[in-house]
Amino acid sequence: MQCPKCHAPMHTYNRNGVQIEQCSGCRGIFLDYGELESLTRLESQWVQQAPPAPQAYPAPPAPQGYPAQAPHAPAWGAPQHGGHGGGHYGGHKRHKGFGHMLFSS
Amino acid sequence: MSPSLVDTLAEAARTAAGHEPGDGLHTPSTEVLADRPDGTVVRHGHIVAKAHAPDTDLAALDVRLAVAAHPLLHGVLLAPLKHAPVRGAGNCAPSPHRPADEHAALLHSRPLTLWPHGTPVDPTDPDSAPWAEAGRLLAALHLVPTAALPGPLPAMRGPVKAARAVARMREAGVQGTEADPVLRAWAQLPPWARAKTPYPGPVQTPHPRPAEGTLCHGDLHLGQLIRHARTGDWLLIDVDDLGLGEPAWDLARPAAWYAAGLLDPDDWTRFLAAYREAGGPAVPPEGDPWPQLDVPARALTVQTAALALAKCAGERRVPDEAELAMIGSCARIAALPPEFP
Repeated sequence: MQCPKCHAPMHTYNRNGVQIEQCSGCRGIFLDYGELESLTRLESQWVQQAPPAPQAYPAPPAPQGYPAQAPHAPAWGAPQHGGHGGGHYGGHKRHKGFGHMLFSS
Repeated sequence: MSPSLVDTLAEAARTAAGHEPGDGLHTPSTEVLADRPDGTVVRHGHIVAKAHAPDTDLAALDVRLAVAAHPLLHGVLLAPLKHAPVRGAGNCAPSPHRPADEHAALLHSRPLTLWPHGTPVDPTDPDSAPWAEAGRLLAALHLVPTAALPGPLPAMRGPVKAARAVARMREAGVQGTEADPVLRAWAQLPPWARAKTPYPGPVQTPHPRPAEGTLCHGDLHLGQLIRHARTGDWLLIDVDDLGLGEPAWDLARPAAWYAAGLLDPDDWTRFLAAYREAGGPAVPPEGDPWPQLDVPARALTVQTAALALAKCAGERRVPDEAELAMIGSCARIAALPPEFP
């Protein structure tokens, strides 16, 4: 693959399981569809795993099993997983029209 | 409906119920719990009789039944009735947990098993679904030391079921733009997840897993949980797809529902947190579980969408909102660059 900007050859690198192409000339980076989302996901994980800043008093622990932020989702998850899409189908009436699927193979 | 088969099962359950102490207060009723080509289930009183699929691998079924009856699975997986009556000779050889049946012809060579009845999850009230219990039970199942179990343990049938769903969609005549996202998402999966090759074992193990393999349920959904009549404890049921395989497959159906935006994030969190707290080996104890869940959840997404489209074709209707959500997931998967050569 050639760089669309300077036409130097591009090399494929694997960054934490995400394939990215980098130009050997201008160092520009090409991302396939979905890869930016994958990198964003990895970044948010990294932020979560970073050690907390020193505090005078320890923060109260979050209730076990109920993380403050939305649970992780795959790159192909429904758009509402980004937290800016108006929530799940059915809103407060959850599982609306979904019940039959819960019980069948 | 197949009345002769249902009648045969009802009679088998009635006969078995005669061996059980009744409360003497009321006459137990007969109820058809399921009637599908891959499993017909009839209840009479405290007893449930099941006719398994006609193409059931009998040797594998006997191992699966022996596993369900094993003390290591006590409190995790419902055990078949041990004292089921052996009634004459059928064309299926009897085994300790699978009585031969004099009506084998009526059963269309479908093997018969008998089980104690339990209370299922209320289908009209999915909000009461025991998500945390489901997570705990799956973790317990996955932690069973398989070397101590009867064998040879067959393979978990999850990938086979996914492949059958895709075949069913094709047979139903679903094609063109309707089938396209489903087929493209399917084609992206690694061969083992399409039942083309045996499960190669985990690529990246969050926990060290026993070399003998991990026992998996193979077809988890809310219809696979019952509350034991006597103890009140929740148990997993249905051994048909049980076997060695990738344990993340058992988390993958709820994961697929959650990814499609159908399963409430709180329910998904309850399920996953309970699984992790109980030491479940399929995903790391914390952090992003999706590197392990991704392939099985994609497969279950395809399976669910393919069956939905096959059903829609048969019933001459358009997909409902939930079915469209699963088809939408397939379209997003199909749009991703291929990862599995």
